[in-house]
Amino acid sequence: MTELAIDGLLDDRDCRVIVCCGSGGVGKTTTAAAVALRAAERGRRTVVLTIDPARRLAQALGLSELDNTPRLVAGLDTSAGGSLAAMMLDMKRTFDEVVEAHSTPEKAQAIFDNPFYQSLSSSFAGTQEYMAMEKLGQLRVQTDPATGKPLWDLIVVDTPPSRSALDFLDAPQRLGSFLDSRFLRLLSAPAKVGGRAYVKVLSAVTGGLNGIMNRVLGAQMLTDVQSFVSALDSMFGGFRQRADQTYAMLAGPQTAFLVVAAPEADAVREATYFVERLRAENMPLAGLVVNRVTASTIDRLSAVEAARAAAAADSPAREILQIHARRMYRRDSEARVMARLSRLHPPVPAAVIAARPIDVTDLDGLRSVAADLARAEPLPSAPAVA
Amino acid sequence: MRLHVVTGKGGTGKTTVAAALALTLARDGARVLLTEVEGRQGIAQVFGRPPFPYAETELAQSGRGSVHGLAIDPKAALLEYLEVFYRLGRAGRTLERLGAIDFATTIAPGLRDVLLTGKVYDALRQRADGRRGDGSPAWDAVVLDAPPTGRIGRFLNVNGDLAGLARLGPIHSQAESVMAVLTSPATAVHVVTLLEDMPVQETCDAVADLGAIGLPLGTIVVNQVRPPLLNEADLAAAGAGTLDSRAVGDALLGALAQAGVTVTVPADTLVTALIEQAGEHARRVDAEDVQRNRLVELGLAIVDLPQLAGVAEGMDHAALNELADRLSQPVNSRVPAVSRPAR
Repeated sequence: MTELAIDGLLDDRDCRVIVCCGSGGVGKTTTAAAVALRAAERGRRTVVLTIDPARRLAQALGLSELDNTPRLVAGLDTSAGGSLAAMMLDMKRTFDEVVEAHSTPEKAQAIFDNPFYQSLSSSFAGTQEYMAMEKLGQLRVQTDPATGKPLWDLIVVDTPPSRSALDFLDAPQRLGSFLDSRFLRLLSAPAKVGGRAYVKVLSAVTGGLNGIMNRVLGAQMLTDVQSFVSALDSMFGGFRQRADQTYAMLAGPQTAFLVVAAPEADAVREATYFVERLRAENMPLAGLVVNRVTASTIDRLSAVEAARAAAAADSPAREILQIHARRMYRRDSEARVMARLSRLHPPVPAAVIAARPIDVTDLDGLRSVAADLARAEPLPSAPAVA
Repeated sequence: MRLHVVTGKGGTGKTTVAAALALTLARDGARVLLTEVEGRQGIAQVFGRPPFPYAETELAQSGRGSVHGLAIDPKAALLEYLEVFYRLGRAGRTLERLGAIDFATTIAPGLRDVLLTGKVYDALRQRADGRRGDGSPAWDAVVLDAPPTGRIGRFLNVNGDLAGLARLGPIHSQAESVMAVLTSPATAVHVVTLLEDMPVQETCDAVADLGAIGLPLGTIVVNQVRPPLLNEADLAAAGAGTLDSRAVGDALLGALAQAGVTVTVPADTLVTALIEQAGEHARRVDAEDVQRNRLVELGLAIVDLPQLAGVAEGMDHAALNELADRLSQPVNSRVPAVSRPAR
């Protein structure tokens, strides 16, 4: 497996967007923040879009509140001319902004008041993914008012903790096609007829299906959805078009995907799947980052040897040897899991980040994570089964 | 207790814990249904099976009982529901073609969750002989591998979102029946966590959310626990970097020599590295104690599950059974099982 050259990627001025994706709990946010910090200290004007950072990591980035706009991070080495801003995605607010941008104030208010909008904007599976991409699109076109140049020359995106890695690529498309579905069109069309006539038209068209929907869902619900759809009608094209634009941008040469994994069976399976999916969609996959890998500076003392020596020792030497044995057992087990990644064809450039004894909660911690990444240690080779 | 809901942050092992809990509950002869609702086919994976069809599938014998799996799909649940209550036949397929089923199960606020929890509720009421009314139940216990902590409050609060939309009608009464069972003493919501900042934070948030809705909380399951090595004094010294490196170094080298182990690393490099690893171990133990104290403050029963050898490589049946052994005592009797007092 080849090594991931992260500094080459960060120094490539044509690389404008880095997307960190992977399954939940693998350290995506930390990886995204570390990559962004390193890019900034190497001279890029960087912004990192995080989804749901751990409270203390958010504090380290100066994100005390969720206000949906990038804030400059203090405490950076800016000698290379770069800067780092960070923001946390507010999904509902981003959706509200999209609505406001595409309709009149009165129409927007009608949409905000509709219970279906409230549901769609806060809990529709995929809204978070869609809004992350929406925000990415916004950041992409932000310009510096003084110079007219792009405000950010590198955007690092953390992706939402999706139920499956698929959601991230599919959600924009899904939301677009959902809003464009025949059923919604059917519901919205009669509204143009006006008044109570729509009930008749709907009945005629659907052969009484609305009666069933009414009985199942309640009449109020059907009215709400109908007014929601008619209010959104003017935006349908907008949604679809934006989803298509986002997709094209993700597939473009200025984007790089990093698949983040942890050395565990589930995470490795998800990562493998995601790599294959990105390749199938011709997305620009830059590499694979395996987070929280157990390492030891003295791997020439094996688990078995350390355990044998521990049996011959008294406390605390016994426990110190046991600590090493436990670590080496874990390391070997992880190496066998990571070996599954080397079955990927063609090979994916990869880098590992060593497990830390405690959570990363400050800029120094992020710097050291990024340094691990840049060191590009190859994936450990699988030891023989003990 | 008949309904066990298992939640936890992504990556904490909630599906594994749900599976181990189902095995535990089955041991005394119970028929246990293990369900999931997120379309991940996680249960099949834990048991090393291919994805299930939409039907109960026997997974394992456990003691005198058995565990069966069911992956609940909201679309199938809605079509089934329409069929049972409205005998839709072909009209159901028309609805599907029009996108109405997609619509109803993706956007209608809370409807998806009512359908999913409703299916769990149906399983609880199902009779062994398949008829309606009283009679011996088909399932002695149902374990639900539920959505993660971030979504669990909304998922289980089936009355919440729906109330404003379906004030009347069968969906509304279904939601009320489901909520009555969820908030009854027959239900317990268990939260799986690791001793790390974010999973513990989400556990605390979920406990507060669920308590506010009136859902009965069960046990906090601390997963992948590595018991500390070294005694209190040595941990403190290792953490502070004040272990007597000469004495400890001699003891380490002596033990290695006695065990016939030769390491091709200079002796002082070896000793320094081993002592540094002990220091990292001590700092980790300290950090974990801080997290455990936050969990203890929640005032719920806590059970520890050990990190098993080879856990990185995934679960097998033996490993699941080992976890089931650990769960069998405390979860049933709800005895707190704090492994060690915080320093």
